[in-house]
Amino acid sequence: MDRLNRVAALLTGDSRSAQVVPPSGSAAWLTVLAAAAMALLAVFALALTLATGRLAERWSGALSQTATVRISAPQAQLEAQTKQVLDILAATPGIASARAIEPAETRALLAPWFGPDLPVESLPIPQLIEVTETASGFDAEGLSLRLKAEAPGATLDDHMRWRKPLVEAAGWIRALGFLALGLTGAALAAMVTLAAQAALAANRQVIRVLRLIGARDAYIGRAFVRRFTLRAFFGALAGTLPGMAAVALLPAASEAGGFLTGLGFSGAQWLWPLAIPLVAAIVAFWATRAAAFRMLREVQ
Amino acid sequence: MSEQGQAVIEFENVAHGYGGGPLLSEVTLSLAPGSFHFLTGPSGAGKSTFLKLCYGELAPVAGRIALFGQELDAMSRDDIARLRQRVGVVHQDCQFLDHLPIADNVALPLTVSGRDADPTELRELIAWVGLTGRLKSLPPALSGGERQRAALARAVIMSPDVLLADEPTGNLDWEMSLRLLALLVELNRMGKTIVVATHDLNLIRAAKAQVSARVLRIKDRRLLLAGAEL
Ligand SMILES: Nc1ncnc2c1ncn2[C@@H]1O[C@H](COP(=O)(O)OP(=O)(O)OP(=O)(O)O)[C@@H](O)[C@H]1O
Ligand SMILES: [Mg+2]
Repeated sequence: MDRLNRVAALLTGDSRSAQVVPPSGSAAWLTVLAAAAMALLAVFALALTLATGRLAERWSGALSQTATVRISAPQAQLEAQTKQVLDILAATPGIASARAIEPAETRALLAPWFGPDLPVESLPIPQLIEVTETASGFDAEGLSLRLKAEAPGATLDDHMRWRKPLVEAAGWIRALGFLALGLTGAALAAMVTLAAQAALAANRQVIRVLRLIGARDAYIGRAFVRRFTLRAFFGALAGTLPGMAAVALLPAASEAGGFLTGLGFSGAQWLWPLAIPLVAAIVAFWATRAAAFRMLREVQ
Repeated sequence: MSEQGQAVIEFENVAHGYGGGPLLSEVTLSLAPGSFHFLTGPSGAGKSTFLKLCYGELAPVAGRIALFGQELDAMSRDDIARLRQRVGVVHQDCQFLDHLPIADNVALPLTVSGRDADPTELRELIAWVGLTGRLKSLPPALSGGERQRAALARAVIMSPDVLLADEPTGNLDWEMSLRLLALLVELNRMGKTIVVATHDLNLIRAAKAQVSARVLRIKDRRLLLAGAEL
């Protein structure tokens, strides 16, 4: 509560404590500008991170689902081959279960495309077998070869194989996004520290006088901390809002569009970029405070 | 407030130097509350240095210094800040914030301790040092004497127990010096402990006619209580 009050006092009132340090002129805008640029970059990095996060989740969700074996054979051989495939699957290590999909289920799967009255039995529709793999997975290549040899009508649809590297790539992009966010924050901290040090050095005499007439370190530091915290906050806000607008203007995500159009924020994720100005303010607060106290120690 | 009889400023075997050999050594003294002291000595003898040791701007290289019974050595930075709110200082080079008008500069000790200056009292104080016409001027626009008077006003605004003044009449004509002396004497009669560093023997003589002031002289790195020869 005390801390909260202090933060409130810092941001709102007590402008007189800010007045004891002379206004800093045009160089102040550099801090605002830099914070705005960093925030803009942070919005994009955040969008990338969240989007790849969603993507990886979707893809790895698909991975844990089932693979399919499709058997296309003349009606007469279909049943025999189905049985044979099921036997092969049962004997393949890495496969948890395999299940032939009933005609009724197949009909339900096809209904959206052909309507509900589809006479499945009279059509040359392939038999589908749903395969669930164990955590360790199975040897898709070996299974494909075996199926080809023993049940010529069967094909393994191992779509999960090509997705794996994509999920990995998405994970990497995500990690890089986090790294970019971290670096943006570090760069902001470094920039604010340099700017605060310059301001403190320029006001060395002011600080000396304040110290001589009995100002406490916290009081003197506050005048600088307040300035840089506000600058970083409003600068970051000025960068975050156009950044969010730019992300919002990206073409809408669609199922078919895949990766590129999925770059935006979705739903509650829109709240995330709003944290950027707050984080910038917190970073600036601590960076300035550290710089101020380091310098104040040199002034008796 | 200090207890009755307890020394306000105490030095015990204090030595100081700026690196090029000692400037002051074996300084031992004790200033009683309500006393009035002048500090004299040739230019460069270490008068300003002595005053800076008193309010902790400088730390001694040897010995101990205590104010109001508290050792400076053992004080935190915040303690020192609080101490300075009880000790008014007129610095030899005044030390103002050049971007703030005189009125704000005079009120600054109140401002930094989180208090508001009563506008009437502030105006009265500034009138007391004869600067009513200069309330809104910036310090660089003031003459040396005006700055010194403003510095005195700032030094007393917190109603400190101790007033240390470093050459407060250095830039003043004789008439103005006497007026400033009258202000110091008035403060002393109010019970404040006063130390004034000065070269001006006439000022000391004038003071001795009004209060029982004693004279400390820095000679050969020592601080001596001067006799009646002055
Ligand atoms: N920060 C400093 N660094 C090095 N030497 C200093 C410093 N301040 C003062 N001195 C030296 O210490 C000596 C005493 O200085 P001080 O200012 O105490 O003298 P003073 O008695 O007040 O002289 P004045 O009457 O001219 O004001 C001088 O020789 C001065 O050059
Ligand atoms: Mg001096």
